[in-house]
Formats: sequence, structure tokens, C-alpha cells
Amino acid sequence: MADKLYVGTRKGLFVLSRKNEKWDISETRFLGEPVSAVLAFGDTVWAALDLGHFGPKLWRRTGSEEWTEMQTPAFPPKPEDATDDPHPWSVGRIWNLTPGGVDGRIWAGTMPGGLFLSEDNGASWCLNTQLWEMPDRLKWMGVAGGEQPGLSSVLVDPGNPQKLTLGVSCAGIWQTENSGETWRNIGDGFDNEYMPPDQRHDPIAQDIHQIAHCRAHPNVIWCQHHSRIYRSTDHGATWRPLENAQPSGFGFAVVAHPADPATAWFVPAIKDEQRFPVDARIVVSRTRDGGETFEVLDQGLPGRHAYDLVYRHALGIDETGNQLAFGSTSGGLWVSEDGGESWYAPDCRLPPVACVRFAAG
Amino acid sequence: MPTVFFTSQLARFIDAPTTTASGATLGDALESVFQEHPQLRGYILDDQGAIRRHVAVFVDGVQVRDRSSLEDKLSIDSEIHVFQALSGG
Repeated sequence: MADKLYVGTRKGLFVLSRKNEKWDISETRFLGEPVSAVLAFGDTVWAALDLGHFGPKLWRRTGSEEWTEMQTPAFPPKPEDATDDPHPWSVGRIWNLTPGGVDGRIWAGTMPGGLFLSEDNGASWCLNTQLWEMPDRLKWMGVAGGEQPGLSSVLVDPGNPQKLTLGVSCAGIWQTENSGETWRNIGDGFDNEYMPPDQRHDPIAQDIHQIAHCRAHPNVIWCQHHSRIYRSTDHGATWRPLENAQPSGFGFAVVAHPADPATAWFVPAIKDEQRFPVDARIVVSRTRDGGETFEVLDQGLPGRHAYDLVYRHALGIDETGNQLAFGSTSGGLWVSEDGGESWYAPDCRLPPVACVRFAAG
Repeated sequence: MPTVFFTSQLARFIDAPTTTASGATLGDALESVFQEHPQLRGYILDDQGAIRRHVAVFVDGVQVRDRSSLEDKLSIDSEIHVFQALSGG
């Protein structure tokens, strides 16, 4: 069971510690600065900052050492003939940090869609040029708020670190079997309702909010798509819509149970433009039967006058699948230690929450 | 030699002292500073070497408009000020 929870917000990083079965803020860092991604693995923590004036930055702390600034992922010089590229060759935001399954390896997913690799625990970074230089990358669409494509999810196959599955907002699912040497756009069965009729089912036209896999059964992937929730049982090749999601199928975040491939959690909202909880009640929806049915979990969550939205990386789960936590755009934070049956709000009023991670590894 | 002054806001993240620079253009002068303070580059310039969107640079009191080529000419006693741009309420 994890005893540290890292919460990245619009105004800093907040570290919560578990003591006497309660969670409380034990440390703050980067106060006043937007934290766009956080990773806690082993005794090391990484925090990505999204400085409004001075660009994206990456900091790291190991054990009790001081925080140190690392090299920030950066694009190579843009070729002069790349005039038809609609997206900037400059990292706008580090959106997620994912352990690569090999000592020292980390993947960073960014806006405007670059995937970066570090083999030295984040000290230096290299762009995956194969993905970035694909002609199809020019078709990628932007995501609301950033107006650039974003790599929202990076899944590393627990049994094969060469196999990566990316969720791109908005460009569907991309997969490699060889650590990024070659990529293919996969995903039969999706339906992006807001696209022109002849493109609704095109794998590259899919608005993937987030994907999550079951670590024990990585062939099972859940997808919180803009249009609804989907599930794949073949590593993302084909997808089945889950039409029984309650109280809605719209949302941004998903986490999968690490051991049980039939269980996943979502935080639903009203689609599309309104984007607040259905009936202004914050609930978590959980399926435990592969998406056939969904339970609405609300014990301990605000039941009225709540307008919180939960972003892609703001729902976290620990390695046991018992502890979950989520933070909202209104600065709410809730923790569950019983798989979502009941929730508890630590004593804090936070800035808008971008990301929530339990310590792992 | 030209002198480069950095906004004090940078001190929250990185050491950015007022420093003398060398070079006949803005780009050369900044490059000479980055040689001494490599991590400062990413705070001022984006990945393509252009002035970051929300950073403002003044040369002898005139705001730099060509934010990519950095070819503004300097005199031996030029003053370069690097500020955070006002871009919000």
C-alpha cells in the first residue's frame, strides 16, 4: 500500500503522506508554478513544470537529496523544408512521464505530440524521430486548451518494454513493437461522433482522452474516448463500445485494476460543452465485469452543487488496486482505500489539479 | 562590452546574474552568456532558438521585434534587458 501521494496543481506540487490511516500534506514544492506531470518511482520523484513565461522544465529528486533541474526534452532544429507542418517544433508542455520498464528508462509524452526517451533517469532526452517524422503525424489534431496534439497516455507492456501503446489527443492509438523504430495506427471499432461521416471510424481521427491497461493482462486496455468508453482485449487492435456506463460515458480519466482485467474506474461528466458532473454530483463509476455494467460510487463525495471536472492524469491508482485518488479543476482531492467504495477528502483546498500519482516501484 | 540584465523573476528557478557579453548581435551576445550559463538558454529561447513567446527582450530601450533571427545590432556599451512579457491580467 502506498504511503505517498503526489498531486501536481496549477500552483505547485503537493506531497501527501499517510499517517494513522489519514492523508495529510507533508510537503509543498514549486509553489506558484504549474505542475503538468509527476512521476514517483522507487525513491525518485520527477516533476514537470509548465512555466507560463519560461517554458516547460523538468526537476528530479532522489531520496533526501535536493530537487535538481534536469535537461528539458527539446526538438531538434526544424528543417527548412518542413513548411507544411502545422505544429511547432518546440515542447509546449510535458504531459506525462512513464517508467520504461528498464532501469533508467523513462518516456515523456508532450504537446505538440513529441515522444521523448531518457535512458538515464531523466537527465537527458532524445526525441523519437520515427514517430515525429511520420507523414501521418501532420494529420494529428489539437486538443482543447493547448491547440496542439498531445500524447496523453504512454503504456509500456510490462512483459515487453519494447512494446509501447500511445493514446494521442487527437490522433488515435499508436503502437510500436520495437521501442519506437516503427509505428502503426491501430484501433478498429471506434466512432468519433463529431467527425465528418466518412472519417468517424478512421483510427487516426479518434479523440482519445486517455487509455489504461491491466498490468497483469496488458492485452486488456480501457479507453476513455471523447464519445464514450471502449475496451480492447487484443492490445488495442479492436475496440468494443461500453454503452452501459453510468451516469454518463463522457469523461477524461481512466485507471485500470493492476491485476483484474475486468475492473476499471472512471470519473464521468456531462458531455460535451458543459463538462461538469451529471446533476452536479461528483461520482466515480466502476465496472467489475469487463464493462457490461457500471456501479456509481459516491460515498464520501460531494452530492450536490459540485462542478468539479477531473482531467486525464488526475485520477491515480496504487499498485494493489485498493487505493485510488483523484483531484479536480476546483481543487478538490479525494482518496479511497477500498477500491472506490468510499472516499475521504484530506484537509486541504488545493489549486486546480492536473495530475495525481501514488508512489510506485 | 554589452551588458545583459535578466528579470529577477528568473531567480526563482535559476541563477541569472547581470553579466557582460560579447558579440556584435543580440544572438551572439546571448550565446556568449549561455556558454557560461547553459541552463539559462531554455528559459529565454524555445527549442528553435527563438525568443519564448512570453519573454520580452529590449536592446538599448527598444523591444526586439525579430524574435527568431536575433540579429539586432549591438554597440560596445549596449544594454540588453530580458523581461517576462506581460501576457495576462
